[in-house]
Amino acid sequence: MALLAFVLTISLMLLIVIVVVYAERKVAAFMQDRLGPTEAGPYGTLQPLLDVLKLLQKEDIIPAAADKKMFAVAPILIFAAVFAGFAVIPLSPSLVPAGVGIGVFYLLAIISLDVIGLLMAGWGSNNKYAMLGAMRSVAQIVSYEIPAGLALLSVVMICQSLDFQEISYQQGVLMNLFPGLEQEQNWLFGLKALGFETTTVGGLTTWNIFRAPILLVAFVIYFIASLAECNRAPFDIPEAESELVAGFHVEYSGFRFATFFLAEYAMMVLVCLVAVILFLGSWNTPLPNFGPLALANWTTGTPGGMASVLWGGFWLISKTLVLLFVQLWARWTYPRLRVDQLMHLCWKVLTPIAIGLVLLAGIWRLLMV
Amino acid sequence: MDKSVVKHKVGFWDVVKSLVSGAKLTLQHFLHADKRRKPMYISDENYFEQQEGLVTLTYPYEALPVPDKGRYRLHNEIDDCIVCDLCAKICPVNCITIESVKATEDIGVTSDGTKKRLYAPTFDIDMAKCCYCGLCTTVCPTDCLTMTPVYDFPEVDIKNMVYHFTDLTPEQADEKKQLLEKQQEEMAAAKAAALAARKQQG
Repeated sequence: MALLAFVLTISLMLLIVIVVVYAERKVAAFMQDRLGPTEAGPYGTLQPLLDVLKLLQKEDIIPAAADKKMFAVAPILIFAAVFAGFAVIPLSPSLVPAGVGIGVFYLLAIISLDVIGLLMAGWGSNNKYAMLGAMRSVAQIVSYEIPAGLALLSVVMICQSLDFQEISYQQGVLMNLFPGLEQEQNWLFGLKALGFETTTVGGLTTWNIFRAPILLVAFVIYFIASLAECNRAPFDIPEAESELVAGFHVEYSGFRFATFFLAEYAMMVLVCLVAVILFLGSWNTPLPNFGPLALANWTTGTPGGMASVLWGGFWLISKTLVLLFVQLWARWTYPRLRVDQLMHLCWKVLTPIAIGLVLLAGIWRLLMV
Repeated sequence: MDKSVVKHKVGFWDVVKSLVSGAKLTLQHFLHADKRRKPMYISDENYFEQQEGLVTLTYPYEALPVPDKGRYRLHNEIDDCIVCDLCAKICPVNCITIESVKATEDIGVTSDGTKKRLYAPTFDIDMAKCCYCGLCTTVCPTDCLTMTPVYDFPEVDIKNMVYHFTDLTPEQADEKKQLLEKQQEEMAAAKAAALAARKQQG
């Protein structure tokens, strides 16, 4: 069972990553009035696959002066840290690779290991550019973990749970089926005083950003911080393609570089999955029930059934792809921030707002019960 | 002089507004990706009019047409060439190599009526060196050296960039050379004989 979950998760992740790599090139091209890849396969769809094959054929170079053990371990560590994060992601009402009760906490902790891998890669390369790139990456990631963590904390306070699956159930019509939530009720905007119960309405109305509209702000903060955490534009100072060589992975080639590349894109997918699960209703349908028009029930299925697995996977992945598109869109629209602007945004704007949000989320939670 | 000051807006909503307008701009480009540039000639009314859509052409499959009299790759019509060597002399990059052999017999006229007196065992143009200045075509007295609208002629081996325009095989060239030598020997012999005869008389 554990092996099945592993294989399922890794193949799903690879599939999405390949789609994203292809989409990245096509979206970039279209936004710049170019064509993008057209030669490999129909409309260039085989391009990312061939890129990987090319990377695997390349010579595996380890610099003579590198710290060989660290150099070799770093890419594996980074990939393992990101991939381990996927373990707690629920894919549908009944399908979750590892349904641990402290999923959110585990995810934040395991993703932080990424930073150690970055430092190892930078230090192990024995290259001053790699070292500087690694330090910049680490400084940025560590800084942005604070607003991201606080934004997630406000969700946890609203939902009163660290379990991704429980948080997912809370955001839809299936809520009362989750053990421990049988008596729970959802109210419009989370305000019991409005007297409009949405427990059986589901759809958009029970997504976290509607259950507690202040989470919309938390979502924006988390999304911005997550861009910085995956070193994505406009926060890609450590990797700045047009200005620096490549940051911490400048000395890597072949398979090791492919691992970094994969980890980077997997990280993008992971942060978007987390955003969808915690803010945008997880695997729940966006369509609410309108009296006899039970759209939410029709597009959810019953837990345990095949229909619910397919519907859940469909909604989760399509919402994630939309967020990923926004990431690409931001990359090809906004210019890169300066280091001081980056730190200003993190410490003087996002962190204070996020702290305020945590306070507000506590108050909102009191109004919800 | 306009003395109004451009106010630099830095308020929160101004930032949001500029972020949104930027995002709108790229999204518009993304949404217009279904339109594409067509391979049209410069005289086409819409040549400069395309405002939206992709601008790239998939080159080997589609290309912007070039003028019928486009001046790109050189071509020498060897039948009309009188091997005068003017083109090789004026070439600023020395990409034309010509070797000539005097003809021993009558070898006809060019299409514009100029008498041909020389064979060209070698008439090579190194297209890799050519700078497309067109000087050689202007000095050519018989207009046999011209520029053609062909602009795409890459080669895998750089040796193939040297174009050979001679119409003689190496054997034929040797034969012509021997004929010329023989004629010159005969002429020299005749001259020597004539000189000897004159001496005897004198």
